[in-house]
Amino acid sequence: MTLSVDLTHRFAGFSLNVAFDAPPGVTVLFGRSGSGKTSVVNAVAGLFAPEQGRIVLDKTLLFDATSRVSVPVHRRRLGYIFQEGRLFPHLTVRQNLAYGRWFAPKEANHADLGQIVDLLGIGPLLDRRPGALSGGEKQRVAIGRALLSAPRMILADEPLAALDDARKAEILPYLERLRDVMQVPMLYVTHSAAEVARLATTVVVLEGGRVIRQGGAAEVLADPLVTPTGIRAVGAVLEARVKVHHADGLTELEAGNQSLFLPRVPQSPGSALRIRIPAQDVILARHRPDGLSALNILRGTVRHVRAGEGPGALVTLDTSAGPVLARVTRRSAQALGLVEGVEAWAIIKTVALAPTDIGGP
Amino acid sequence: MGWLSEQEWAAVALSLKVAFWAVALSLPLGIWVAHLLARRDFPGKQIVNGLVHLPLILPPVVTGYLLLLSFGTKGPIGALLEPLGIVFAFRWTGAALAAAIMAFPLMVRAIRLSIEAVDPKLEQAAATLGASRGWVFLTVTLPLTLPGIIAGAILAFAKAMGEFGATITFVSNIPGQTQTLPSAIYAFLQVPGGEASAMRLVIVSIVIAFAALIASEALARRASRRVGGA
Repeated sequence: MTLSVDLTHRFAGFSLNVAFDAPPGVTVLFGRSGSGKTSVVNAVAGLFAPEQGRIVLDKTLLFDATSRVSVPVHRRRLGYIFQEGRLFPHLTVRQNLAYGRWFAPKEANHADLGQIVDLLGIGPLLDRRPGALSGGEKQRVAIGRALLSAPRMILADEPLAALDDARKAEILPYLERLRDVMQVPMLYVTHSAAEVARLATTVVVLEGGRVIRQGGAAEVLADPLVTPTGIRAVGAVLEARVKVHHADGLTELEAGNQSLFLPRVPQSPGSALRIRIPAQDVILARHRPDGLSALNILRGTVRHVRAGEGPGALVTLDTSAGPVLARVTRRSAQALGLVEGVEAWAIIKTVALAPTDIGGP
Repeated sequence: MGWLSEQEWAAVALSLKVAFWAVALSLPLGIWVAHLLARRDFPGKQIVNGLVHLPLILPPVVTGYLLLLSFGTKGPIGALLEPLGIVFAFRWTGAALAAAIMAFPLMVRAIRLSIEAVDPKLEQAAATLGASRGWVFLTVTLPLTLPGIIAGAILAFAKAMGEFGATITFVSNIPGQTQTLPSAIYAFLQVPGGEASAMRLVIVSIVIAFAALIASEALARRASRRVGGA
């Protein structure tokens, strides 16, 4: 399942000129608000017709400006998860879920209603109406409704942006399960680095209506020049495995041959995880620190030091768990003698790792 | 009916019949026109809008006279329909036509407002789930508009019950045939000793109007509870 997008459109005071190929898996359109992400997804869905361009899903031509082809929205069979859910207020949850299923072609590969209800944990909500659901519940139902329409691909436009952090942490595992269990191809729009780190197979970075970078999640998030939401979004993405849940509420992970301690995660021992470690939450030391409350101390070698425009510098440390990024002041980098090739320790406070930054592979 | 005389009762029954058919037959057209005005852009939209609202602005006698000219047995449309057995002039059917036309702007207005209140984003969502335009209208727009449709229909019914000027001009005031409730009240007031009859019909009018209002409130509340969730 490959989506190929190439489109150009002029809005008042803004022009969109975007071309990318989305390989199988989850492709995240990452960018600030106003960078054109939503317009791209709407063009794929058929809700917006660009002046120029061509959109092809596998071998199906969805849109072509030159030959004036535009498949109507209802025939594109793309499940759209909107930011505000958009559940039908006059129907129960069960009827909302049945809605897409009813219009799907009979020969389509139908997802099983029971399986989706279990996957999303919405069994107890089936007889309620959307007005009686919380924000997180609504969004779970919206995901289920999109899946049950037997879509060829899922489009998601900032589906978590309207939710608070606790609700985000509630929904993210479901989106990971879509990717890993159902293996649904997805085009996902966000401005959150945490969501990129957890979900993306491929990241397409948009800025001012242009694609400025395309690549894997770890690679894009580590680059301060492309992270669109500013330096705060810069961080490392480590692949780890759950080792054991300790009785004191911590989970021990293994990354490389290093141990990492996190507040307890729901995944069972043995399962793979991705954790994003924001560069601003990492402290560096030249010697192995002693008598420190932080539990996560990783030894590594400085790969490079990148000085920014302000007082800050971004240090990349190669550890056996993978590259870790630290944002320090240029003054400390100099005082510590942090240059390429020296040995250093990265210190990460266990409680600094937000639950939205920790997720499945 | 002991309380009402035969002629009074006939007028009440005729008015109910006229108003019922006027609303029942014009409602689908009203919904269609309201949807057209609320959701579509097309050349001549302002003209359609003006035509719909014309009966609200024109003196009712003028509307009645125009109906007589076009739907009378010698009028262009009346002559066309007469061989098919459809006659409007001086029949109760003509009263229903006049009432429907006079009530149409009120009906369209109420329905149009409630269609405009439906979030187009829900209609988009339905389309992404595979619903064609027609299905989107039937499964999303129409149910969400139901409170407005009920309000529009009841408003039109009340207007049709009370229609006087266009009706009397188009179909006259023949007891038992075209004498509706307002025409009967008017007729009773023209003859000495008719005040008691007129007063009884006035009371009936008030009761029917109130009943319609209460019914519409209750129906609309039930419909909007369904729509509003919970």
